[in-house]
Amino acid sequence: MAVPEKTLFDVERVRADFPILKREIRPGVPLTYLDSTATAQKPRQVIDVMDTFYRRSNANIHRGVHTLAEEATAMYEKGREQVASFINAQSARQVVFTRNTTESINLVAYTWARANLKSGDMIVLTEMEHHSNLIPWQLLAQARGLRLEFVPVTDDYLFDMDAYRELLALEPKLIAFTHMSNVLGTITPAAEIIRLAHEAGALTLLDGAQSVPHLPVDVQSLDVDFLAFSAHKMVGPSGVGVLYGKLPLLEAMPPFLGGGDMIKTVHLRTFSTNEVPYKFEAGTPAIAEAIGFGVAAEYLANIGMDAIAAYEHEMTEYALERLAEIPGVTVFGPSAEHKGGVASFVMDGVHPHDVAQILDHDGIAVRAGHHCAQPLHEKYGITATTRASFYIYNTRADVDKLVEGIYKVKEIFG
Amino acid sequence: MDDLYREIIIERYKTPHYRGHLDPHDIFFEDDNPVCGDHIEITVRTDEDDRVTEAAFDGHGCAISQASADLLIESIHGKTLDEVKALTKDDVLELLGIELGPVRLKCALLSLKVLKAGAYGLGADEVSDELVE
Repeated sequence: MAVPEKTLFDVERVRADFPILKREIRPGVPLTYLDSTATAQKPRQVIDVMDTFYRRSNANIHRGVHTLAEEATAMYEKGREQVASFINAQSARQVVFTRNTTESINLVAYTWARANLKSGDMIVLTEMEHHSNLIPWQLLAQARGLRLEFVPVTDDYLFDMDAYRELLALEPKLIAFTHMSNVLGTITPAAEIIRLAHEAGALTLLDGAQSVPHLPVDVQSLDVDFLAFSAHKMVGPSGVGVLYGKLPLLEAMPPFLGGGDMIKTVHLRTFSTNEVPYKFEAGTPAIAEAIGFGVAAEYLANIGMDAIAAYEHEMTEYALERLAEIPGVTVFGPSAEHKGGVASFVMDGVHPHDVAQILDHDGIAVRAGHHCAQPLHEKYGITATTRASFYIYNTRADVDKLVEGIYKVKEIFG
Repeated sequence: MDDLYREIIIERYKTPHYRGHLDPHDIFFEDDNPVCGDHIEITVRTDEDDRVTEAAFDGHGCAISQASADLLIESIHGKTLDEVKALTKDDVLELLGIELGPVRLKCALLSLKVLKAGAYGLGADEVSDELVE
């Protein structure tokens, strides 16, 4: 796909915003960061707003009447609004701050699912889920006698729509699925999956940990019931994530953790809950992080999510092309058309840890392991892959360095 | 890196001397490294004085984990089980002749953990990193 002129952005200007990219891993060896699927690097705008918060405005939020408390509350709630606007939520009240995607999914499992599912009810997942969208359901299935079914991944690494239709005929209550596989890079046709689920009377939970940072995600046009994602994968800080939900669902759900801020009135033996979203935000939250999150969302929105997706697509095509040139390297995942900026691969005769270690010597940061998707690796009969992933600050030169590094691995293992 | 991937490590990874499974055996133990899925099993034969007469390892994993298993198994031939129980992290690092960061240290020490758990006769759920500290 040719990138239209108007969607291009200035990569060098973006790179200049990320202080860590100036770091040398050892003297004379610059950092080549290809691990954004694990966590993205942070631009100075995000670092600065958090720094400023701690230097000027730090206070606990809500209830305080002093100046700092008011500033802190306003900044925290502004973060919520910026994130809500980023995913086109109708109301900022639909954005519940959590610790991360994992906690967001667990929140739904502990509240909505516990209140609404009974023994024998069915939840549909896919074979390519991250452990964070698998274990919460396994735990609940064990506790409540639920049935878990899995949409297979096709031979060309895609979401198996035919198998999905068959599962829908069994009247599942919830479809919880990834929008973009963190290993294969497979982008699932979320709008279609959600439409079919609703027709079959099921609710949907979208794991947007990998998609929200990389693709335009609009909760209203998707009509998704729940969306979970993390700040740290979208140039924001670690420690804060979001559960988006449709308002009537959030309002009907029992609370999650109990404590301060989630209550309206408290007596020794009873309490009443606060309104949404505070009902789900017990205790002092990650205040500076939520503020940083808002700025991160705004940073990405200013570049433009369409431009980001187009740029990463171009990079993915180039990376797949270059990796295909190398004898003995096998990449797992669909063609670039259906794929986000992720290349997970194995090399004949060399363990992924050794690949990653040798690449690190040249300052190239990639990840090796099962990437919290062990069942998927089992499916392909491998224990681990080496994963290179791309984001707004990566360039073709980074891909070239990766390829050079892989040739060096081949030389060492001869 | 040239240090980390010393010739002996690449050589032992590609053509290990002690890969296999002894049957019958006096000691058997296996374990995984959950971080990377590395797997090591060891089988050991001992004589009436609890001295290792023969030992082997099998499994899969990175060059560091497999080479260190091969070198470790080589080193315990002729040792008593008490001597095996007394082996430490430093003994393995000396065999490898390299320095390792915390993540790769787990790769290098998996075989020692498995070997010592076997020598102590531990159950599968009794293994901990304390064995190799």
